[in-house]
Amino acid sequence: MNTSYNKNNQAKTKLTAIVAVHLLGAFLAVAAPLKEGDTFPDLNQFGLEGTVPDTHGKVVIVDFFASWCHPCQESFPVMEELYKQYAGKGVVIIAINLDKNKADMDDFLKSHPASFVILRDGSNKLVSQVKIPTMPSSFLLDRNGKIHAFHRGFKGEETRKKYIEEIEALLK
Amino acid sequence: MKTSHLLLLALLAATGLLTGCVNVQPWERGNLADPTMSGRNPLGGMMSEHMWFSREAASGGRGVGGGGCGCN
Repeated sequence: MNTSYNKNNQAKTKLTAIVAVHLLGAFLAVAAPLKEGDTFPDLNQFGLEGTVPDTHGKVVIVDFFASWCHPCQESFPVMEELYKQYAGKGVVIIAINLDKNKADMDDFLKSHPASFVILRDGSNKLVSQVKIPTMPSSFLLDRNGKIHAFHRGFKGEETRKKYIEEIEALLK
Repeated sequence: MKTSHLLLLALLAATGLLTGCVNVQPWERGNLADPTMSGRNPLGGMMSEHMWFSREAASGGRGVGGGGCGCN
């Protein structure tokens, strides 16, 4: 009698443990995205296509874009302007493409030429970890690789002004 | 099998299904952003709306679309 009661209890405990593991999996699947103050992941660890530049001790903008995203088309000229203005002052701009086909990215870059670094996250490994909430999304990192500011979407002049203010503050 | 076991198994199956739910992530909306996903062209939409209004004395209710990249 006592033995069967114990077995029953063990079975219950096992099933409860399995349910708990499933729930934990569900929780991790919707884990929170990165926030200000967090250290941005090392770009060398995601098999990105292209050459990851040396960002040690530099202010970095990491911008996620895709050819099908219209605000990204508006943001590129601004990124180019920021690059020309601040590249000599220790700012690195890295745009990370998320198109499924590389040809789409190439077409985009023909109509939106960029002097800054373009990398491609074709396997979506990086973006799956960073979990950006919208397209485009960009992170401004301080000289220690920590997220100083996050830009959700691109809102034209408003975003441009914010970038300049934030970059100037980080370069001081 | 006891009811409590069945209940736990049902809960297990439910959590399995929940973990199987997938949201289309912002970076996976390339196909949704295609212009063909936005329905008819604006002129065609206006014509349809006009005919619908004339025949049914009703209008609107077409504001929800399935397309778009959900950007910004």
